[in-house]
Amino acid sequence: MESHEEKPIIYTMENKPIVTCAGDPALFAALYSALAQQLPREPMEWRRSYGRAPKMIHLEANFVQFKEDLLPKEGNKALLTFPFLHIFWTDCCDTEVYKASVKEDMLRWQTTLKHHGSQDWLIVVVESDAKKKNKTNLLPRTSIMDKIRNDFCNKQSDRCVSLADPLKESSRSQESWSSFLTKLRTLLLMSFTKNLGRFEDDMRTMREKRTEPGWSFCDYFMVQEELAFVFEMLQQYEDALVQYDELDALFTQYVLNFGAGDAANWLGSFCQPVRSWNGLVLRRPIDMEKRELIQRSEASLLDLRSYLFSRQCTLLIFLQRPWEVTQRALELLHNCVQELRLLEVSVLQGALDCWVFLSCLEVLHRIEGCCDRAQLEANCSHTVGLWTYATEKLKCLGDLCGLVSKNGPNSEDLNRTVDLLAGLGAERPETANSLQSPYKKLKEALSSVETFEKHYLELSHAAMEMYTAIGRMRSARLVGKSLAEFYMRKGDPQSADGFLQDSLKSYVAEGWSLQVTHTRRQVAECQKLLGQTEDYLQTCALLASDANLTDEERKHFCQEILNHANQSSQTESQGESVDQKVALSMAAFAQLRELRFQPASPTVHVGAALQLELRLCSLMPVAVRLEQLAVSVHFSLEQPGQRGSSLSTPQRRIPAQCAAPGGVSPEGAVLFPAISPAGGGPLGAGMGGAGAGAPAALELYEIQDRSPSDNTLNTTGVVCKNVHLLLRRQDSATSLDTPSAGGSGGSVTSGGAAAVAMEDSSQMLKTRDVTLLPGNNSIPFTAPSQKPGTYTLRQLSAMVGQVQFVLPHIYPTVQYEVYSQEPQLTIEPLTDNLLAGLPQKVKFTIVTGHYTVKKGDALQLSNTDSMPILHTNSCTARIVSSTGELVGESALSIHSSEKVTSISLPPTLPYHTLDFQLDVLCHIPASPARLETERLTNGEVRHRPKSRTRYNSGMASVDQKVSIDCPWSIYSTLISLTFYIPFKAKHSLLSAGKRKYIQVCLQNVSDTNFRLMDPSLTQRQQNSSLELDSLNPKEQQLVHSKQSVFCLWEVKWASEPPACLQFSFVASFAPTEPADAEFKPYCYDFQLERVSTLYCLRAEIQPADGEPQCRTGTLCGLDVSITRLTEPTDSERDDEESTESEGLRTTKLMYEVVDNSSNWAVCGKSTGVVSMPVVASATHRVLMEVMPLFAGHLPFPSIKLLKYLPHNVTPVIPPDTDSCLENDNLSLLDKGLEDQSDTASLRSRGSIHSLGSSDQPLPPASRGLPMPRLEPFSPGQVFNCSQGRQVLVLPATDDHILEVNAT
Amino acid sequence: MTCLCFLCVSRDYDELSSIMAVCIAVIAKENYPLYIRSVPTQNELKFHYTVHTSLDVVEEKISSVGKALADQRELYLGLLYPTEDYKVYGYVTNSKVKFVIVVDSSNTSLRDNEIRSMFRKLHNSFTDVMCNPFYIPGDPIQSKAFDSMVSAMMVQAC
Repeated sequence: MESHEEKPIIYTMENKPIVTCAGDPALFAALYSALAQQLPREPMEWRRSYGRAPKMIHLEANFVQFKEDLLPKEGNKALLTFPFLHIFWTDCCDTEVYKASVKEDMLRWQTTLKHHGSQDWLIVVVESDAKKKNKTNLLPRTSIMDKIRNDFCNKQSDRCVSLADPLKESSRSQESWSSFLTKLRTLLLMSFTKNLGRFEDDMRTMREKRTEPGWSFCDYFMVQEELAFVFEMLQQYEDALVQYDELDALFTQYVLNFGAGDAANWLGSFCQPVRSWNGLVLRRPIDMEKRELIQRSEASLLDLRSYLFSRQCTLLIFLQRPWEVTQRALELLHNCVQELRLLEVSVLQGALDCWVFLSCLEVLHRIEGCCDRAQLEANCSHTVGLWTYATEKLKCLGDLCGLVSKNGPNSEDLNRTVDLLAGLGAERPETANSLQSPYKKLKEALSSVETFEKHYLELSHAAMEMYTAIGRMRSARLVGKSLAEFYMRKGDPQSADGFLQDSLKSYVAEGWSLQVTHTRRQVAECQKLLGQTEDYLQTCALLASDANLTDEERKHFCQEILNHANQSSQTESQGESVDQKVALSMAAFAQLRELRFQPASPTVHVGAALQLELRLCSLMPVAVRLEQLAVSVHFSLEQPGQRGSSLSTPQRRIPAQCAAPGGVSPEGAVLFPAISPAGGGPLGAGMGGAGAGAPAALELYEIQDRSPSDNTLNTTGVVCKNVHLLLRRQDSATSLDTPSAGGSGGSVTSGGAAAVAMEDSSQMLKTRDVTLLPGNNSIPFTAPSQKPGTYTLRQLSAMVGQVQFVLPHIYPTVQYEVYSQEPQLTIEPLTDNLLAGLPQKVKFTIVTGHYTVKKGDALQLSNTDSMPILHTNSCTARIVSSTGELVGESALSIHSSEKVTSISLPPTLPYHTLDFQLDVLCHIPASPARLETERLTNGEVRHRPKSRTRYNSGMASVDQKVSIDCPWSIYSTLISLTFYIPFKAKHSLLSAGKRKYIQVCLQNVSDTNFRLMDPSLTQRQQNSSLELDSLNPKEQQLVHSKQSVFCLWEVKWASEPPACLQFSFVASFAPTEPADAEFKPYCYDFQLERVSTLYCLRAEIQPADGEPQCRTGTLCGLDVSITRLTEPTDSERDDEESTESEGLRTTKLMYEVVDNSSNWAVCGKSTGVVSMPVVASATHRVLMEVMPLFAGHLPFPSIKLLKYLPHNVTPVIPPDTDSCLENDNLSLLDKGLEDQSDTASLRSRGSIHSLGSSDQPLPPASRGLPMPRLEPFSPGQVFNCSQGRQVLVLPATDDHILEVNAT
Repeated sequence: MTCLCFLCVSRDYDELSSIMAVCIAVIAKENYPLYIRSVPTQNELKFHYTVHTSLDVVEEKISSVGKALADQRELYLGLLYPTEDYKVYGYVTNSKVKFVIVVDSSNTSLRDNEIRSMFRKLHNSFTDVMCNPFYIPGDPIQSKAFDSMVSAMMVQAC
């Protein structure tokens, strides 16, 4: 619209608002530089209309000479060329001059301005002292100003300012300058506000008319852009950008409305077919070509968008927001593609791709041009989108032009390429010299297959690197995958492989099953081309089991495996091929679901039949015939120390528990966690991925440690078996790569043969020719059990031709144990306690172990007298198998000879149990069970090598050892049986004066009730003249458990009995049940010594004189008389304690009165030694005083009589007294005489008393501390007549206090 | 914890009939899909790739915002990335479960607010799924209610 010469003004971005200058040009020229310099120095606040925020603005101006041409004509909307202020300069100070010329000039100037409707003017009067001095007829300065004000500024006095001495460096001049500048700025801003406001109003009005038919977007565009230009000129880039954004939004809205069916007429011009697709141009501030097209309403949509974006880009870069440019660029490109689609603009195929590609690169170049490298690298995330987009588009172009194929483009492709290149037009002049312009790149890329590859790779790698750098791994993998697809199409699987594997790994790790399936198919194709047979087959297996694929596809992949298997086996059969076995992971082929033992216990003996049932879930879509299915078994010998010979030791059970930590159920089944196969379901692999992220479940087991000796529990606890898995470092990098991740086997493809290592194992469970149907299959195995030890199932392998599927680890561990056992014989009582003296049943148990009991094998029991084996006719043996089934029963034949009892055993298989019962009888040992309190007797030591007695809970017991020769061993087996003696006997001698009684107390200590018959007491020395009168009943007596029976005999004798008497008590007993039980004898031997009574002790208590009764507190007389009842016997005659004096033999006795119950107070001497003549009826009386302490019937104080053995001088005493020596000699002589009639027992008795054999008077001065000794009489030698007597004691008369004892 | 986030989500029964999503996905904290459904007429695999790749941006947004304002972080992540054909929007719950909605680029009637309300609706429905005592967290979502709610958001594109 505007004239041609205005163009250069627009071109420079150094546009400034135009200010015209009229008046004196010379004057202005002098001031110009100062003015132009000073004007922008200080900012000015610009208050805006419509509530827009005020801005501080530095004003600049372009001062031009006033011309009428400059003033805008009617209807001209151009703002850039609009003069915002008109200044008239004058330095006139002379009224005459003023009137003559200046006023006229001003008037003309004013008229012109008014004519054009411009109100923005200013008159500057420059005053200078130099001029004033020269003029004498000076008018006051003010008068000129006043005149001008009067003439021109009728109401606007501020439109005339004076500038004083502007070229001088004075304070006045400074001040004047400052006020002038402020005025100038204010007026300029006023002008802006006014004119821009008016412009905006016009613009708005224009916009409101957009619904009118003739409205043109392009016209409006030019108007609003004018405003944007002005804002840009005022360096208000933000405001300028807003103008473009508004235009952008307006246009977008129209396009959208068009899509919605509301088509505006003017849009028609934008719907013209796209003929040029040369991309964005961002190097010029304003793309005039495009602008002109818009001005002429000839622009296409791409032209408009390109121009708009180039302007936005320029402003954004001014605003230092380059990253917004990239973001907007991507939006723009996406948007343009959509808009063209929406407007149904016809575009040559590929043209848009070219446009997008060029534009992406152009934007990237522009950004690179305004940022340094570090900045660019830090903001990859903003640019990477454009890089990827460019890559994608280039790939599309490559596809379109036949550049991505093995054969290169055909003629059709070439034609298309030529058409596309034509649309690019010629290269723009500004990039013609650059080597790397987008234009050149595209042209080069489309020119040949090689250059295309070069550019495509360059872009792809750049995008991948950027994605990797900013951590967008998934995006990087996606680019990588599309690169892999490119390589595959180029027939370069080698290069594709790595990218595909990387992608596959990440999809598997994150559990995106569709991607896994898709990528895996590509991998399969790639591996097939590469000839990686093993990897290919593994991938095929995974794909064949992939539920995301159709049945046909799965069958195809399954067939691939089968084909390979058959093909290899054929070649092998021809003898041509070497070992071509391929080992693949079983995970994709089939899953082990369950292992079941039959019998249920995973512990069997050597040679036992153990069935193992395998439940295998086949994932293949078709039935697969396996030539062989094998489980390799690791065999470890059982540790010799671990296994006891006994099956029932606790150590056995604990390893059995640990053997199958997978938890062998009571039914013998081990369940394996169901792992969903890779891509087994739409979300199956997802769970696998979750498994990789989340730790595996805890596997906890109870553990018990029992004491080996008595099976008591020492410790118990819970053990986690998979700690090594749980505590593994959770490394994101490794977790993606670990082969076990999710168990999905994704890594197996990459791991290949390394992951599937075959174990060499001597032991194998095998079955041949199994057909695995899809789904669950059950396959039985027979487990080997020839050698004892632990068998651990390690690997499972399935053979299909030359292909072998291997499950490298069976987890949880499955073990079974085979044990070997020595034959073993045990004899156990049937009851809790075996009782001696009665026939008792014992159970013989033979655990055959590995030994086979043959016909004719017999147990040889060596007989002992103390325990005969009793024969019974009905003795049968039971044979029980190891699982507890009764196999058979057969009668036993027992043959006894003098020395051995032979029991022939029925034939029995190994690992069976043979048991039978026998009656045995253990004789009660004749000797009395020794009690600790009982004295050791001479000649009574019984020598019983095979039995010994001990005490157990009150019962005396006998350990009876049995020696058995077993057929399986050359050694005899010694088995100990413990019998308990059912009775305990005690005897006592009772006296009544001279009469003697023997009492035997028989106590039943067992739990059984007995009948007792015929108790008899006999003397063992038959020469004696003793007579024993039984005072016992004749009939049977019952002795209940824990109760006693007493038997009594009176002993009479004619002549003095020997000092030592030996008796034997025999009674017959039988258990009360059964009633017909045989009576067995019970013997009890004992001996008594010195049974006859020597002394009689008699005590009397007499009340005090004159008192009829004893009273408490008063002394009473205690009269003790000791009477010798018998003549000295032979045995007594030589008793060491008697002494001879004056022909009378005396013996010294000590009496002692003790009152333990504190009833009596013995006054004076309570003990004393008396000499008793050793003759019958010799009596000694002792009188003592005692005082009763209580009233009532008080028992007599007890009186003890003891032998008093005075001390004789030991030989070590120096012989200073002759008498001593003499006495010694004498006594020795005496002794020699008496010795002759001594009995052996008495002599030994004497030896007990050792040195005390000679009596000696007490030495006058007892040197060497000679101490007399006391010795008690044996029971029955002293008879106390007053034993148990009581005397009545009356309370003291003056006793006021009644003492009551309540207890 | 999760309960609090339920409260924040006000029930929003805006009429969304005009809105169409072409793919809706729920992705677990560990980045495997809990639920993914796309318009049946279009290539399902493509959407899986798109959603999977968008996780890059989701993670980037979570980590950049998460540090400073973990508590009052907005759950809506906005436009994750546009492609020529689709716009991918993201949303992340406090328990780091991600929702991704893909809409057609040509569908210009969609505003940010409408996307937000779609996410809120999705979140509410997801919360209902989680409240089901028979649902094991981490398992694929198979709830019919959830499915029909997603169906309602995905108007037939053909």
